[in-house]
Amino acid sequence: MNLNLLFSLAAILVLGCVGYFVPNAGLQMFFGVILPYIAVLTFLCGVIWRVMKWAKSPVPFRIPTTCGQQQSLPWIKQNKIDNPSTTTGVIIRMFFEIFLFRSLFRNTKAEIKDGDKISYEWEIFLWVGALAFHYSFLTVLVRHLRFFFEDTLLKEKLFFVGIIETLDGFFQIGLPIVLISGFVLLAAVLFLLSRRVLNPQVKYISLAADYFPLLLIAGIAATGLWMRYIERVDVTAIKQITLGIVSFNWTSIDVMKSVSGTFYLHLFFICTLLIYFPFSKLMHAAGVFLSPTRNLANNSRMVRHINPWNPEVKVHSYESYENDFREKMIEAGLPVDKES
Amino acid sequence: MNDKIKIIAGLIIFVAICLSPFFMGLGSDSNKGPDPVISETAKKKGKCILEKTEMAKQHMVILDQWRNSVVRDAQRVYTTKDGKRFDMSLSNTCLDCHDNKKEFCDRCHDYASVTPYCWDCHINPKEVK
Repeated sequence: MNLNLLFSLAAILVLGCVGYFVPNAGLQMFFGVILPYIAVLTFLCGVIWRVMKWAKSPVPFRIPTTCGQQQSLPWIKQNKIDNPSTTTGVIIRMFFEIFLFRSLFRNTKAEIKDGDKISYEWEIFLWVGALAFHYSFLTVLVRHLRFFFEDTLLKEKLFFVGIIETLDGFFQIGLPIVLISGFVLLAAVLFLLSRRVLNPQVKYISLAADYFPLLLIAGIAATGLWMRYIERVDVTAIKQITLGIVSFNWTSIDVMKSVSGTFYLHLFFICTLLIYFPFSKLMHAAGVFLSPTRNLANNSRMVRHINPWNPEVKVHSYESYENDFREKMIEAGLPVDKES
Repeated sequence: MNDKIKIIAGLIIFVAICLSPFFMGLGSDSNKGPDPVISETAKKKGKCILEKTEMAKQHMVILDQWRNSVVRDAQRVYTTKDGKRFDMSLSNTCLDCHDNKKEFCDRCHDYASVTPYCWDCHINPKEVK
């Protein structure tokens, strides 16, 4: 087996053992309260640090990737989304990129056919998998807000959480109702993982940093499903812990001890993800907003872009040169623009 | 480009959203948890169809099984492990002893923000409309 995959699997197994067995050895306070604080703090500080590092990087010139006809003569039709020349065009392009993964939609795969012919085929499943994964993850995340806000607040102000949960359980299968997003999340993450394991070309370029987050999120989704549909953990006790964390008014140690190891495993995986997030490829979440190849208008032929931090260059124009040396030039018989 | 102001504005919004549960929860004592009340009628009966811990985990599954059994198979009798027989009915059997939906069912459901759809069809016999 691939060493990168093996390493990631081993890491997940070790983390899983730590998350499942260690909290029950009397360390509930650390794994249930202190570690989440550390994780949230690391996540936020890390994201700010990464984004500010990007904000400081010089982007002196326009470098958008152009995927269509740029603005030209009036009778040549411009592709206003894929080669935008205005801010509106850029906003539309960014909208499609962030919400619909437009550039991924154009994914192709290269294959050698009939012995020596290379063919490029449109491959849509990466886009489908990515879309399913990101949107189900978002739904799961929003649904989890019910653990972090009090019920009155959820019913009065944050009613979208309830609406999303109702829609998620639209088919009303079983009790507790099957929420589709959780299953879609696990299925999509396993599909994205299988792509990296089964497709030889993709496997060749996959690193441990590619396998690890996928396995970690699969672990989070699996433990979540396990708690809801199989083990049926005590939700009220878990909400006591989560509300205790956000109100800095921690619940009693007896409640923390009553909650099963699967919950601590789930929480430990999430803390790992939060801590890992800012230092990994997962930062594409912020990076997608800051890609100069996407968020700049292609107007280089209409507007002169001067590097804003260019130092002032001292110029010596011909006029002032002639002023300095006029007499000597006349003496040497050189032609001058202005006689004395 | 000099987009630092826009980037910092975006970061502030992001951090504010991430920390919103902390702002809203500050100083609350909601970590105490719910305290469902066992009604007098239920106390007199002494025993539910399963042990208390089992009921906490399984009551929704049992209600789902009961519904399917009654609606699909017309099978209305539930036999407990120790041989007692119960009519499979939420309104008549469960709510007969637990006649305080507000202090019993709703306490935990509200605390955990669970909205069971039992009451889409069933009514609480004690509830005056």
